[in-house]
Amino acid sequence: MSTPAPLKPGIQLSQVREFAAKNAIVLVLLVGIIVTAILQPTFLVPDNLINILMIASIYVIIALGEGPILLTKGVDLSAGRTVGLTACIAASLLQRIDYDSRIFPDLPFMPLVVPIVLAVLAGVAVGLINGGIVSFLKVPPFITTLGSMVIIYGVASLYVDRPPHGALPIGGLRDDFTNISNGAINFTSDIRLPYIIIIAAVVIFLMWLLLNKTRLGKNIYAMGANPDAAEVSGVNPNKTLILVYIIAGALYGLAGALQAARQGSATNNLGFTWELDAIAACVIGGVSTNGGVGTVGGIITGVLIMQVMNNALVVLGVSVYWQQIVKGLIIVAAVGIDIRKYIRKR
Amino acid sequence: MSDREFILEMKNISKSFPGVRALQEVDLKVRPGTVHALMGENGAGKSTLMKCLFGIYAPDEGEIVIDGEPVTFQSARQALGKGISMIHQELLPIPYRSVMENIWLGRYPTVGIGPLQFVDHKRMLADTQKLFADLKIDIDPKTWVVNLSVSKIQSMEISKAVSYHSKIIIMDEPTSSLTEKEVAHLFEIIRRLRAQGVSVLYISHKMEEILQISDEVSIMRDGRLIGTYDAKSLTTDQIISHMVGRSMSQRFPHRTNTPGKTLLYVEKLTSVVPTSFRNISFELRAGEILGVSGLVGAQRTELMEALFGLRGIASGSISLRGRKVGIRKPEDAKHFKMALLTEERRATGIFPILSVADNTLAGNWGSYVQKTGLLNLHKAHVDIERSNSQLTVKTPSTKTLMQNLSGGNQQKVIVGRWLLTEPDILILDEPTRGIDVGAKFEIYTIIADLAARGKSIIMVSSEMPEILGMSDRIMVMCEGRLTGILDGKSATQEDVMRLSTQFM
Repeated sequence: MSTPAPLKPGIQLSQVREFAAKNAIVLVLLVGIIVTAILQPTFLVPDNLINILMIASIYVIIALGEGPILLTKGVDLSAGRTVGLTACIAASLLQRIDYDSRIFPDLPFMPLVVPIVLAVLAGVAVGLINGGIVSFLKVPPFITTLGSMVIIYGVASLYVDRPPHGALPIGGLRDDFTNISNGAINFTSDIRLPYIIIIAAVVIFLMWLLLNKTRLGKNIYAMGANPDAAEVSGVNPNKTLILVYIIAGALYGLAGALQAARQGSATNNLGFTWELDAIAACVIGGVSTNGGVGTVGGIITGVLIMQVMNNALVVLGVSVYWQQIVKGLIIVAAVGIDIRKYIRKR
Repeated sequence: MSDREFILEMKNISKSFPGVRALQEVDLKVRPGTVHALMGENGAGKSTLMKCLFGIYAPDEGEIVIDGEPVTFQSARQALGKGISMIHQELLPIPYRSVMENIWLGRYPTVGIGPLQFVDHKRMLADTQKLFADLKIDIDPKTWVVNLSVSKIQSMEISKAVSYHSKIIIMDEPTSSLTEKEVAHLFEIIRRLRAQGVSVLYISHKMEEILQISDEVSIMRDGRLIGTYDAKSLTTDQIISHMVGRSMSQRFPHRTNTPGKTLLYVEKLTSVVPTSFRNISFELRAGEILGVSGLVGAQRTELMEALFGLRGIASGSISLRGRKVGIRKPEDAKHFKMALLTEERRATGIFPILSVADNTLAGNWGSYVQKTGLLNLHKAHVDIERSNSQLTVKTPSTKTLMQNLSGGNQQKVIVGRWLLTEPDILILDEPTRGIDVGAKFEIYTIIADLAARGKSIIMVSSEMPEILGMSDRIMVMCEGRLTGILDGKSATQEDVMRLSTQFM
């Protein structure tokens, strides 16, 4: 295990190799940024970087919901659809009074916080149902959330359905609402700090606290590493699982509201396949689908890799169809590199 | 039938594992067309010897000769090719496939032209029917295995062994989950095989059965073959004395504990599973070490897991300090200051991919939650360090992953985990299983020390010296029933063995 002490000061090759193996994912991100910046210097313009971070902000909130579920050996396929449903709920309650096709024409003006809290609570309800089915009925998470994914889409569609017109986009959102996701504190004409990045930072900090500094966090890792041993040592498995799904649901709800605000509208199709992006970001960031392994830092890195890659391919003018192929390759390659540190020699 | 004197000769077989000499210069000779019983205590080396024969382990030394031909097997497949098959203690068929597909798995008969081959179901059915007719086995070859009883699955496995034209069939505890009637049927099949010239190597603990079915009996002890005897001339008492007749070579720490008041009282406890433990009553005193002995299938682990809320209880009661308590889940048991070190360390004890620190405090984080809801990680770290140094856990750091520790050190970490909950009662299920000799002594010392500090210990063990060397009293179980409680000072190996086999 231990490497021999260096005879003279300096960095040993083995240390370099060890560092590279441990931080492979971060190195992948840095190499991606450097290569893109060389090929297309405009990539590094502050406006572009801020834009990447703003898009990443919403994805990181979703991934931080999905991540802990993966840590417990589970998976949540309903994440994207839950974001869609909660986006519709928030948007429907925040249409301008003077907008002519409101979902609820007689709805009075309400403070911003109410619809956002309702969106979060809708996410919590989804999480409670998912978690309850997974823990008490022992239906595998993949199946449970596959079912709820389809159901939630139906619910969201019914919610926005306006016969005889069908499911129309919910537009005309209030400016104070859209400002949450698009506004910023401006320092100079180039440099600004968007509110949405601040919100994401707060969520990141809270989830880091949760996973590292609370009893629930420790129990989540224990459940993923060995559920039987966790139960024997006195962890309440059902309570732990339900809480994980509830927290995830709350984060999807928040992400849904922020996404509606960002694009200024919502449809029942919003969030379609976003759970796959979230899962991809988590596994790229080193979260094991076998449970028990993964960090908040890794998840952030995974989200950034995906967003940097998306942006880089656009900036470099790669065809949309090629983007899909490259994205798929990078997901597999990143995990292939990262998993080296867990493969033990036999 | 072979006309040689021996169909199988295992000569001078030795096999070591890190820290253990599992087999030492074993000579086993089996005659063709006989039932040859192999007996010995748990850990005597029977299974290891059979695994060497079946190509699962490679012996360090020695030679295996089958029908006059020296062989070395690298895999079970090669052993099968040379006419040796094994019916495992735990049967592992494919449940949602038909009986005939299970039998011919990996060698389905095919029809077709050149490379275009399809499975010939018609021939497979005919072959299976012929096989079953020869052995007078009554199973529908097309039924799913999941629908069969354990004894039918066993019959299927035996047919499979026969279908390989085996000369030697190894049966490892074949009757452990059979009813009397099913055992009789199994014996009929075994006699039929013998008449056809097949040799059966029969591993069992059950004296009556052995004397009934076998022609010769080989007895193992501590990795050595004590001798091979004619079954007709053997008595149960002789077998027992051959099996246990060893001097106590292991050392145990000096114990200073004195059992005090009764702490736990278990009355007529009966499992929800009909074949598991029933009508168990015993008491446990403060500062007492109660050894629990029995053979495979005695249901000791099941009883312990029921006490801890992991298994269901149909009737009976558990009282702590004179008050009846309801324990339905491990959380409850923990609340009542009980701890359980499980038998299967890998399956239900350790978190291999988590750090030693996280393993030490798994399930215990509740006592470190501060008013803010966050954990006091500094206090936790101090406790982890203290626990590890008290129990002399050898690890590079508390951040090391659990999977990188030796079995003995992993066991100490789990003991430490439970001690941090400050339990009054510790249930230790096979606490030294898979641990090397040096670490064993350290675990014994910890146990003796805990008892001296007034903790009550229930120690389940399949190792006779450990039971006799460590217990104040010894509770013996056989087939789910309590057959006696002996005083630890005066009990002998023969007493324990007799009670362990009372209903066999």
